[in-house]
Amino acid sequence: MMDVGRHPNIELLTYAEVEDVSGYVGNFKVKVRKKARYVNENECTACGDCAAVCPIVVPDEFQMGLGTRKAVYIPFPQAVPSAYIVNANECLGQNPIACGKCIEACEKRCIDFDDRDRLLNIEVGAIIVATGMEVYDPAVLDEYGYTRYPNVVTSLEFERLISTGGPLEGHLGRPSDLQRPRRVGFIQCVGSRTQDPARGNPYCSNICCMNTIKAAQYLKDNYPDTEITVFYMDLRAFGKGFEELLMRSKSNGVRYIRGLPGEVWEDPVTRNLRVTVENTTANRLENHEFEMLVLAVGMRPATDTEPIRQMVSLSKAPSGFLKEAHAKLRPVDTPTKGVFIAGAAESPKDVRESVTQASAAASRAAILLNKSRFAVEAITAVVDKDLCKMCGRCAEVCPFGAIQWEKKQVARVVSAACAGCGTCAAECRFGAIEMRHFSDQAVYAQIDAILDEDPMHKIVTFACNWCSYAGADTAGVSRMAYPPNARIIRTMCSGRVNPEFVWYAFKKGAPVVLVSGCHYVDCHYIDANRSTTRRMDGLWDGLEKAGLRPDRLLLEWCSAAEGARWQTIMKEAEKKRQSVTVEEVEQTRAVLATLQVPSPRNPRESDENQEAEFACMRCGNRWTGYYSVNLERTCPQCRSNSVRWLRVKK
Amino acid sequence: MPTENLRIGVFVCDCGSNIAGAVDTEAVREYAATLPNVVAAVRNKYTCADPGQQEIQRAIYEHNLNRVVVASCSPTSYEAIFRKCIEGAGLNPYLLEMANIREHCSWVTPGDREAATRKAKDIVKVAVARAHWLYPQDEEEIPVTDAALVIGGGVAGIQAALDLADAGHKVYLVEKKPSIGGIMAQLDKVYPDIECSI
Repeated sequence: MMDVGRHPNIELLTYAEVEDVSGYVGNFKVKVRKKARYVNENECTACGDCAAVCPIVVPDEFQMGLGTRKAVYIPFPQAVPSAYIVNANECLGQNPIACGKCIEACEKRCIDFDDRDRLLNIEVGAIIVATGMEVYDPAVLDEYGYTRYPNVVTSLEFERLISTGGPLEGHLGRPSDLQRPRRVGFIQCVGSRTQDPARGNPYCSNICCMNTIKAAQYLKDNYPDTEITVFYMDLRAFGKGFEELLMRSKSNGVRYIRGLPGEVWEDPVTRNLRVTVENTTANRLENHEFEMLVLAVGMRPATDTEPIRQMVSLSKAPSGFLKEAHAKLRPVDTPTKGVFIAGAAESPKDVRESVTQASAAASRAAILLNKSRFAVEAITAVVDKDLCKMCGRCAEVCPFGAIQWEKKQVARVVSAACAGCGTCAAECRFGAIEMRHFSDQAVYAQIDAILDEDPMHKIVTFACNWCSYAGADTAGVSRMAYPPNARIIRTMCSGRVNPEFVWYAFKKGAPVVLVSGCHYVDCHYIDANRSTTRRMDGLWDGLEKAGLRPDRLLLEWCSAAEGARWQTIMKEAEKKRQSVTVEEVEQTRAVLATLQVPSPRNPRESDENQEAEFACMRCGNRWTGYYSVNLERTCPQCRSNSVRWLRVKK
Repeated sequence: MPTENLRIGVFVCDCGSNIAGAVDTEAVREYAATLPNVVAAVRNKYTCADPGQQEIQRAIYEHNLNRVVVASCSPTSYEAIFRKCIEGAGLNPYLLEMANIREHCSWVTPGDREAATRKAKDIVKVAVARAHWLYPQDEEEIPVTDAALVIGGGVAGIQAALDLADAGHKVYLVEKKPSIGGIMAQLDKVYPDIECSI
């Protein structure tokens, strides 16, 4: 920490927030608000004379509210920068007539109530998002009595209670009477690994098992006579030296009981805590009494990550943590070029993992910064100025904000920010956007080549580069046999599939068209495949209006790892192909030869969270549910994603 | 319109028995030679090996090729290599197209040589059709500002900032709270060695 404050290459901006990020890889423009500190951080020597005279006493957030601080304070003794700060909301001195004692006490005259927020504009080539995690608040889990019973504390509060830098200066005491607890219980998985959203998160928070084992062992080291019991559902001690620490704590007498207490009662006289637990190893009901109970609380994404995520266009996993570009091969990259992730913003991590990932992120960023120039792959979008009708739809659907457009202005692509997904080209009704290396003409030539001989036996298949094409590769590598009728057209993203491509294929005699891409959580272009779904809804609607079978158009999401799913998709598509007759295809060609494509009926914003009817285009299943643009649709019966949205008639 | 005077070369790979075991690659090669604007169709045992790549480069010179189709494996594994290969013979790397007749054909169509061969021919045909619409592309180079922003001053942000700064880059470390340190600073001891956190 100290090194950061001293490093000549680091400009440390504390008590500061990123307000806006614009630009693109290599050339980000960032607005930072450095909030008024009211203490000159360069001059302050952290002598503490100001705090000594400050009359305002408030709970100390660093000590988890277990200690107090003044309105002028230093967050903790080793803080960097080593400087005090005035919390303006608590201080009386905003009106110097009311107080101003600290100003008088400060010999160096560091305190300045005229200090104001400063806006800084900085330019950087790379961004590392390390916004961390937050501790789960167990107050909602009423059965554990947290906040009702003073001697039920969280694991982070326990850290402060036992710390030499804590309010008790290292002499562990329990909150109700500051007496040292002789019997301490730990409850694991609080707010983690639950399927009930009211009780926490479904994922494992990764660090709580080891944190408890550490705490138990540390307690034993310092107070060997303490009886310690840990209640758990699984103990996950999988890292280097972890199992050894678990064994050490066991040999020192820490008891581990498989089973989580259902409820906690407090003895009103002793303020001790009683728990009843089903010991699932011994298969019996047990009662335990503790003087202090520690809840091993899980972790959740930091609230402050969300605005940053939106500023730099990152995706998030269903858990809410930031999504990396690739779970295995690009774990610290993000879909936005030039932006990297470090630490617990990506998933709950301990110190060692955070440091490892941070070094990886720094290295990835350094690879970029070491180049004076950066080559952008030539697959970006290009606007034809003569064809552009200045409607701005392209800018609306671009997941990367790479298209600049203003009313009555021709759209302009910032190629450095363009990732080449092509959803803008698919959206443009005027054919004004061309994708370099993935042109419309090339796609039409591919469709022609597929269908100009023996079209009845072909399934025109669009596959996105990252997931479904790679899923088909995985099926191949795993030698998963499937019918030989699909012909794949690779696009970077399923969002590239212009509805015109699909109409054209049917016009040319395709019995079945299949569009495939990444699952919503995996979309390599943030959310471009939401546009795919919207266009598919329009196509299904259009096919029906034209008197054609909408279920000849299929939509499937398949990740790069889902070879078996690809195999199923292929088999099902082939079944669908066999259901199409020569007469039907002839009729389709006749209808489409003269048809003006009807305007598509898609879900609108007002349909969000509204009840809707869904119809599976693969198996014919129909059901009602709620529509949300970000909800991946899957048929509950056959697991297909060929799920058509239908507005419920009121 | 596609470029005039297209001269397309198709290189069909046996991949040992990986492709040739399920697909009649010679029949695919013969078929490829009949496709429009294909002036050279060559079969190799291993196209990605040095001799295979040399053969591509030789054919580019010999037949004055201006589009290259490699019918072998997935572009996700070998496109980069073949792009370099044709670049070495003076062609723009974007003039390459791959026809995936291994992962998407021979490996998933066992025991039906006729169907697999028919599919492989089709895949090559589609790739040749696409090759008609490939153009040389220049990769745009943009300048890079030699500075980094690290958002968050917890242990991860601290480490990332220090590494980048030590590597000689300017770093702005932005932390919302009045001090860096994050949750790590609140921990008394850290596992597995039970050491101080700060």
